[in-house]
Order: sequence, then C-alpha cells, then structure tokens
Amino acid sequence: MKYVNKPIRKMDAMALVTGKPVYLEDLPDAGYLIVKLLRSPHAHAMIESIDAWTALAVPGIEAVYTWEDVPEERFTMAGQTWPEPSPHDRLILDRHLRHVGDPVAIVAGTTEKAVDRALRNLRVNYQILPAILDFHEAKDNPVQIHPEETWESLVPVGADNRRNLCACEKLSEGDIDQVLAECDVVVSGTYHTKANQQAMMETFRTKCFLDPYGRLNIVSSTQIVFHVRRIVAHALGIHKSMIRVRKPRIGGGFGAKQTAVSEIYPAFVTWKTGKPSKIVFTREESQIASSPRHEMEISVRVGATKDGRIRGMDVYTLSNTGAYGEHGPTTVGLSGHKSIPLYGALDAFRFDYEVVYSNVMSAGAYRGYGATQGIFAVESAVNELAAKLDMDPVHLREMNMVREGQAMPAYYGEMNTSCALDRCIAKAKEMIGWEEKYPRRILENGKIRSVGVGMAMQGSGISGIDVGSASLKLEDDGCYTLAVGAADMGTGCDTILAQIAADCLECDLDRLTVLGADTDASPYDSGSYASSTTYITGKAVEKACDSLRQKLLTEAAGVLSCPTAELCFQGQEILQVEGDAKISLADLAARSQCGCEASFQAVESHFSPVSPPPYMVGMAEIELDPETGAVELLDYVAVVDCGTAINPNLARVQAEGGIVQGIGMALFEDIQYNSHGRMLNNSLMQYKLPSRLDMGRLRVEFESSYEHSGPFGAKSIGEIVINTPAPALAHAIANATGLWFKELPITSEKIAMGLKQRK
Amino acid sequence: MKVGIYVNGKKIATDIAPDLLLIDFLRNHGCKSVKRGCETGNCGLCTVFLEDKPVLSCAVPAARADRCQVVTLEGLQEEAAEFGAFIADQGAEQCGFCNPGLLMNAIALFRENPDPAEDEIREYLAGNLCRCSGYEGQLRGMRTYLDFKKGGKTGHEVCE
Repeated sequence: MKYVNKPIRKMDAMALVTGKPVYLEDLPDAGYLIVKLLRSPHAHAMIESIDAWTALAVPGIEAVYTWEDVPEERFTMAGQTWPEPSPHDRLILDRHLRHVGDPVAIVAGTTEKAVDRALRNLRVNYQILPAILDFHEAKDNPVQIHPEETWESLVPVGADNRRNLCACEKLSEGDIDQVLAECDVVVSGTYHTKANQQAMMETFRTKCFLDPYGRLNIVSSTQIVFHVRRIVAHALGIHKSMIRVRKPRIGGGFGAKQTAVSEIYPAFVTWKTGKPSKIVFTREESQIASSPRHEMEISVRVGATKDGRIRGMDVYTLSNTGAYGEHGPTTVGLSGHKSIPLYGALDAFRFDYEVVYSNVMSAGAYRGYGATQGIFAVESAVNELAAKLDMDPVHLREMNMVREGQAMPAYYGEMNTSCALDRCIAKAKEMIGWEEKYPRRILENGKIRSVGVGMAMQGSGISGIDVGSASLKLEDDGCYTLAVGAADMGTGCDTILAQIAADCLECDLDRLTVLGADTDASPYDSGSYASSTTYITGKAVEKACDSLRQKLLTEAAGVLSCPTAELCFQGQEILQVEGDAKISLADLAARSQCGCEASFQAVESHFSPVSPPPYMVGMAEIELDPETGAVELLDYVAVVDCGTAINPNLARVQAEGGIVQGIGMALFEDIQYNSHGRMLNNSLMQYKLPSRLDMGRLRVEFESSYEHSGPFGAKSIGEIVINTPAPALAHAIANATGLWFKELPITSEKIAMGLKQRK
Repeated sequence: MKVGIYVNGKKIATDIAPDLLLIDFLRNHGCKSVKRGCETGNCGLCTVFLEDKPVLSCAVPAARADRCQVVTLEGLQEEAAEFGAFIADQGAEQCGFCNPGLLMNAIALFRENPDPAEDEIREYLAGNLCRCSGYEGQLRGMRTYLDFKKGGKTGHEVCE
C-alpha cells in the first residue's frame, strides 16, 4: 500500500496554515442581512407581549420576527437519521421560553449596529414561571417544561412530556441482584459528570441566499448537510427539493455541529425576505445556547469474587437533556452500552436509564456521546474495586477485560471481532513504568507522585443505521473526482478517503480531487458523527473504486477486443496480462466523450450491521501537592486500537486532541448556573480550556487489531480518545490522596478541601 | 475619524468609527486570516503584529493603530508556508482556525528567541488556544522546524 497507513499531509493543510480565506465568514457576503437573536433573560417564562415598533423603526432594520410569525410545526435540531429519536419539541420561536438564552425574537438588518440597536429597542413582557434547575427534581415535577399538545416523540424511546421525561429504558441479562448478592466484594458509587462545552474555535455560523431557481441555499459550518436540509425543510414547512446545503472548511465541531444550532434563523429570514442573510454566534451565545455534553449522574454497582473475577455490573444513568431533547434519548444509551462491555465475562448486568428535561440549555452531541460519562463511572468503580480487593487494578483488568472473539451482550449483542485491548494495556504499562510507579511515591518536598489507569471503547458508526456513500468519476485526463457527503471538520477525512481511493485505484494521490459535503452534488451520507466516517464512508469509497474498476475493465475490453478476464487494471492503464494490448485511462476517458454511451462513474453506498469498537488504555502520572490540592500532569500515556490507522499522523493528533479535551473535562471544565439559571461560565475567560501549560507530556502509541468489515482493517478513532483521562486522573488522585472523587471536574479546591476535611 | 494604517506595508487611509476594533478593520480590508475566537482576549486567534509586537487585535481599537505598521499572516506568507509546513507534516493544523494566530505568535517567538527551549515555547504560546490538536503535534512541528533551521531534516523527512 502506497498511501494507507502512511502519514500523508492533509490535502488542504497549506491553505489552512497560511491563513487562506476558506471558512464561512471569509467568503464574500456584501449585502447580506445581519441576523441576530434576542434571547430570554429568564430560565422559564411565557412571553406576554412583544412591542417591536421601536425596533422596526431603526433605520436599516429589515425584519423583526416573533413567535407569532413562525410555523406551528415542531421539530428537533438534532442531526439524526429520520425518524429522529430526539422528540420534536422546538419551534423556530416559541412563546414558552425554557432556558436563559432561548430565542425570543429574530432581528435582521443591513448593519450590525442597526441590529444591535433594534435588539435594545425590543420591549418584551415576560410572565416568569418557576424553573427546574436541579435535574434530580425534574421527573414528575408539577412544573412542566413541555406541556404543549404538539410535542411529539416519533420513536418509542420511553418519552412522556407530561412527566418531563425525554426517554427511559430498562435492560438486563441474568439476575443481577442474585449475582451481586453472591459476590465477595461489591463496590457501589454515584458519579456525576457535568455538561461540557465543545468550544470549537469557530462558533456556530450560517449564510443563506436564494439561487436563480428560487431555492434556499444554506452554507453552514456543519457536520451534517443532509440532516440540516431535512430539519430546515421540516421547520419551514417547505419541500426538501427547495433547499441546498453545503459546508466550507469548518473550524472544528466535536459533535456541537451535529445539531443544527444556527441554521434555522437565517434560513427563515432569507425565505421570508428573499434576501441573503447570515448569522454568526458570539462566543457567549455559543456558550449559553448551543449543544454541550449531557450532564449525567451514573450509579454503578460492580461485584467480584475475592480472587478478582468480575461477575456483575449494575448501571443506572440519569441524564439531563436540558430545555430540549436534542440527542437526549441516544447519548444516554452509550453510558452503559459502551462501558459495561469492557468486561467480557459477566454473569449478569443491568442497565436502566432516564432522561429528563430541565430549564438549562439543551444538551447535544459531544465527542464520546455518553460513553465518556459512563466510562468515567464504570472505570472509577473498577479502580475502587481493585483497591477493595487489594489487587493491582491493571492486573484486575487483565483478568477481566473483553477479548477478541467474545460475545458482548451489553453491546447490542454484537461479537467482539477485533480487539487488541490486551496488547494496549501491556504496552501502556510498559511505557509509563507502572510496576515501579504504582500506586504512589512521596517526594521529599511533601508532594506525591502517583499513577492511574482507565480503559475505553466506543463504536464505529451506528449499527444498521449510518449510511455513507461515494461517487467516483473518471475525468477525461485520467484523473478522478471523488464526491462524498461526509463533512471534513478539520479531522482530515477528505484526505483519508482520498488515501483509501488512491490505493484502491493504484494511482497517485494528486490524481484525486475530493468534493466535500453538498446536498446537491454529494451522494447521501448520514454525516460526520458517531465515529463513522473512516469505517462507513471509507468502505463506500472502497466499493465505489471496485465498481469503477470493473466498469473501466469492461469498457477497455470492448476497445481492445479481448475478454475482460484477460485484462488487468494497473493504475494509469489497463493491459492484457499475456499480450500487448493496452490502453491508458486518459485515452479511455477521452473516448468516453465522443460517440460513447458508457458512463465512467460509480456510486456506491455502505452501511454496517455491526459497529466494531475501537479500544484504548490511558495511564496518567501526576504530581499532587497535598497543601494546595494542585495537580500537575506529568505524563499521559495512551495506547489505541483503532484497527488499521489509515493516516497515523491524523490518528495520533485525534488521540492527542481528545486526551487534552478529556483532561479539561476531568480537572477544570465546568458549566455552572446561578440560582436563576444564568450561566456563570459564558466566556472563555470563565470557562477554562486546557492550554499548553496544562497538558504535560502526551505519548500515544497504536496496537492495531484488524477489523475485516472495515476499509483496510480500519475501525474508528475520533471519539474514543476523550474517554480515558477522567477515570485515569481520578484514579491517580485517589492513589495520591486516598479520596475517591466521584464528581467532575476534580479541581484543586475540591482536593484541598477533601484533604482538609479528612484531617 | 480619519486614520492612516499601514497594513502589510500598504497605507490604508480611511474614515472609521471610534469604537471599531483592529480585528474588524483588518478583516474589512481583506485580512481574513485574522480570526475571532472569543471576544474576551483569551484565545489568541486574532494575534497580529502592531509595530512588530504581537497583540490581540480584538482588544485594540483600530484608532490606536493610526500611523502604525500592522502585519498579518497575509503579509508573512513565505514564513507562514515555510514554518507551517512543519505543522502540516504532523497533521497538527487540524481544523486550522487557530493556525493564523498561532503562526503569528510563533514567528514572534522565533524572532525574539531563535532557539527557544520547550518550556519557553509553551510559556510564550500559552495564550494561543487550540481545541483540536492537544498541542503535542504543534510542539513536535516546532521542534522539527527549529532543528531544520539548525541544519536538520524537513518535517516530511522526519515523518518518513
């Protein structure tokens, strides 16, 4: 293989590092209306009246829209395959306001100054309602967040709006209560993970205009062009054929842009006015009215025999979806389905969950998608179990971890077809020097050096649902154009898919042009989420290449007057294996443009009935100051099994980036609200992202299994990488202090106060 | 108010609102590499040179740049391409949105201190946030670039 498993530079890299104008706001937009939103100052309120007269009187104001102007059809902004599991619980503008930041009015005008003035001039009377700010109190609360008759759940996920319930489910295998009763040691704990911001550097933004056919064109920073088309069509009550959605280069997503957070507002303005318009979220808006990680509280019971055989696991998750149900019913499932199966020989398990509405901003999809929360809880409980058993936690895992070839009842009943978790843990142990460093060492200055461990898994696409497609065309000079609907949001999937195609077509990478996501031009793709692009769309690319090669061979056979079986495809030419006949692809392609009815194009789609998990082990070494509680991360070692790494450079950077996000989640990132439901961390000044002073030293290695259902043996990498820091750091802190922190983030203050209380 | 600002060596004489920020002035005049990431001076994306010193252009009124030299990445394309290639050879540019600010500040660092130690790099660039890369790949790229400047290998050769 010339390109697969090679550290190829991204095809768009030089444009990015030299600062070329390739992002949404860099594209020419003279004459576009500026769209901004008036947002609710109250966590729960009903609009009694809006006086827009003085706002409309501001020179340059084109339109002010309120709840009285929008369609009555409810929709969800969650980018998911139809019918969406997320309930249809939103209007474009609603009279009923459900969180601080909920849109009250849309204002469009020719200049930002005019729009800002109009926003200040809007007079709104609110009837303030009691708010549910503690998600423990949400279920069956007399305060109903979605009392409306038009609320609708399309999929049986256990939702009941009259109970503030967005979803619930019970699942079990074996008699968990009996098994746990038989266990020599049972550890139980309740773990609390907070909402976290994806905080991609480019905030949400969208531009809209009508094309010469009167169709609504949406150019947006999105991971999900096809879902955006459906969501906007549904919300506006217009046909999908009237909408085209494209994306330029995207300044990061991490799942935030798997929800149509910004698209509907300019789409509504342009559709109503006929004029081009754009919205660019401020950082504050991105913080207070977007799609962060679901806050979850996860109760775990795990039981083992005294010699360390883990026999049963019982997990209950309470998830906070906030004011709307985007990704509520689905993220929660991963908290059990992608944590419990890390342990391969359970006699019984139980996984129950409930997802509730509350009066904080809606949650959404964030890298890890519930698995991150569940893995923190389960891995922390297993670490505590090891301590109770007086066993090395690495050894406990070596005894109990899931192995290749095992069935995984808690993972949708799928088989573990490729798994190098055993090699991952052996390698990580060696890299960090676990034997010498576990559990701790007290330095002369009183500081404590300790280590911690966590394992992780994720999926590769959504089994039986996610669809990826590729359209491959031979151009008349013998080059290829590859069109995909997956969205490269910086991850480099355009390049990765081209690497797969180049090896399948035995050609140089520079003979391939990749067209990114465009609903008019791309074949259908669910979008770039759920760790699906390499595994699902990559396989579609492989199939399209095979299909086009067959077409070209058939056509060459006609031209060369010999049977297809005698011909061989060799990159830039097709030749007779035993004989002299041959034709170059360029000549073949040129013939296709003159007196020819063959089309040198292949379109293939792919879905997978299974979602083979990637695996990972993370180990952290910290230095903790017991006087101040300060934690310094010295070394983070991660070993990943993502199957074949199509591009080892990009896979490594995915891992490093995910780990640093995970470090932020574990140690300081926090979304906090005051008693009125107003967010305290509404800027990057108050919401602390890890800087390069916070991440210590990162070392990532790969121990690859080979997944036969993936392209060239690949699985996924994008999400799993965020899952190990929280349990590994909590473990290292426990090994240093003896305190098992069960709530994230584990700040220095919490550690210092914990140590003080113990004294 | 009337100002004359030298942007990448070219004088722009124009009328501006007193509250116009330098970032918006620059973007309005075609310097689209200058990115807004936070509005609170925390992310480093909008870094430009004002009289050869790196500043956050979201925190500087355009009027302050009157009669001053401002340089953006548009004016440093050769250096950006030379150094940026080392970031690209690690795959550490990722989404790229923070890259212009990072490159500006890294170039400022290399001018000030042509052979920085790793701790000096981390400290100097601490204000340049990146949510994609986890910083380690950027550091690898910088180390390789600094080695190359001392006669070492290119980023591509190191990867091979």
